[in-house]
Amino acid sequence: MLVNQLAVFLENRKGRLKELAGVLAKEKIDLLTLSIADTEDFGIVRFITTDNDRALSALRNAGFTVTESDLIGIEIGDVPGALSNVLKVLADGDIGIEYLYSYARTEEQKAIILFKVKEVGKALDVLSRADVRVLDRTLE
Amino acid sequence: MKYYNREIETMSRDGLFVLQSERLVNAVKRVYENVPYYRAKMDAIKLKPSDIKTIADLHKLPFTVKTDIRANYPFGLFGVDKKQVVRLHASSGTTGKLTVTGYTKRDLEDWSECCARALVSAGIDENDTVHVAYGYGLFTGGLGLHYGVERLGATAVPVSSGNTMRQITLLKDFGATALACTPSYAIYLAESMKEAGVDVDDLMLKTGIFGAEPWTEEMRAEIEKKLHIKAYDIYGLSEVSGPGVAMECSARRGKHVYEDLFYPEIVNPDTLEPLPYGEKGELVFTTLNKECLPLIRYRTRDICTLYLEECECGRTLVKMGRIEGRSDDMLIIRGVNIFPSQIETVLLNIGGMIGPHYQIIVDRQGSLDTLEIQVELSDYAFSDEVREIEKVKARVAHDMQSMLGVSAKITIVSPHSLPRSDGKAKRIIDKRK
Repeated sequence: MLVNQLAVFLENRKGRLKELAGVLAKEKIDLLTLSIADTEDFGIVRFITTDNDRALSALRNAGFTVTESDLIGIEIGDVPGALSNVLKVLADGDIGIEYLYSYARTEEQKAIILFKVKEVGKALDVLSRADVRVLDRTLE
Repeated sequence: MKYYNREIETMSRDGLFVLQSERLVNAVKRVYENVPYYRAKMDAIKLKPSDIKTIADLHKLPFTVKTDIRANYPFGLFGVDKKQVVRLHASSGTTGKLTVTGYTKRDLEDWSECCARALVSAGIDENDTVHVAYGYGLFTGGLGLHYGVERLGATAVPVSSGNTMRQITLLKDFGATALACTPSYAIYLAESMKEAGVDVDDLMLKTGIFGAEPWTEEMRAEIEKKLHIKAYDIYGLSEVSGPGVAMECSARRGKHVYEDLFYPEIVNPDTLEPLPYGEKGELVFTTLNKECLPLIRYRTRDICTLYLEECECGRTLVKMGRIEGRSDDMLIIRGVNIFPSQIETVLLNIGGMIGPHYQIIVDRQGSLDTLEIQVELSDYAFSDEVREIEKVKARVAHDMQSMLGVSAKITIVSPHSLPRSDGKAKRIIDKRK
């Protein structure tokens, strides 16, 4: 039910993101999503790959600090108001979002929303009652 | 007068071993019964007072550090009831909480005796007048020497520090034969006399007892040349009692430690393994007779060597060489003393997402010192939420400020990203030099 995401802590230093991408490229692992949260002196790179298990060990071997998280992934229509509707469902259910990012599946006219919440069970419950399509681990 | 306490100062090593062992056994029993902090520390390693039978068992006991005294501020480590405490002192080295020390009547008697021994060791007797220009007050220097002078029966001039012109007048008018102060003040005093046109040979001074800060043989030569005196090095620290923990004799080659009261060890500051006499390391003291603030294996952070040798003065007590540095590389930032061990303590207390590795970067912007502490994240407990990392960063900044007394910029860095080399990690980068 939940989507497995990797996150890497990166200091704000030139070339660090390139090094990370290089490790994945060498292992021939494809990035499905990528999002960066940045602050004054560090960033957190969050991503999902075609093979998170292998990506995790390759990055750790290369000396990166990696952590795994479970996200909720949902698919909504790529139309105005769709995100607003889902956020209303969550807000009405009194569920706070830690962070969120999204990408579009243009051919299918769909948008994928990925987000982290503290109360996962409650969130899934609220979403299913509102008939929102929740994605599985493979983002399908 | 050659010795103040001949019996102790010239005791055979075997006799000393017996005396030290008896006193250690009692000291450990006392701290276990009276100081919950020590009891907890011993219980944690399943050590009972009865496991300590002689001084050779000392290494089994856990170490005590300065932050332990501060963490138990003000009286948490005291081993007696408040009604038995007759004096309090506090050291002002770093800001934030003071390091408080207390004394019972017997503690003051022991301390005064140590200072009396030290004075006699420098050739002073009851005919002398000692000008005590160490600060009087919470600092142990002034009052410590003062009571030593009185104990010996010499004359004390409690002039304290400051007002150099008056000091010069008093030195001349009262005819002091000995001067006790910091070596840097002795040099300043000599220069001031020269400026004021006072001829050093118009004074009666013949001896100087200098300590409370590290100094060198070059400084000794300069002081002796300028003041026409013989200069002696005295060592002490307020946590252990005050001045008079160790003192040079006529040989002026190392300071005899009053080890019937303060048992010294040298340990490797990295591994904390005890080292044999003759090897350089961190000086550690166990107080053998102190009632109010007993200290077990107290790490002084001073680096020096202990050595046993037959001394021309006849004392059998072990000697300590000059302090050659600090095991924790003290830094002075905006006038405040900062020890890396304090930074370590803060990080260990926070734990969790924060690892124990750090690097200190000191710089100067205009005339203001800046302090940056880079802290590594722990390998395993990293959060993918910015807010969590910012939160722990704010906590590090807050705890550092209250521990160090100066604000520091905290930078969180990846695990293993700070330079390491075996043995001595490069923990401090001082760009001010």
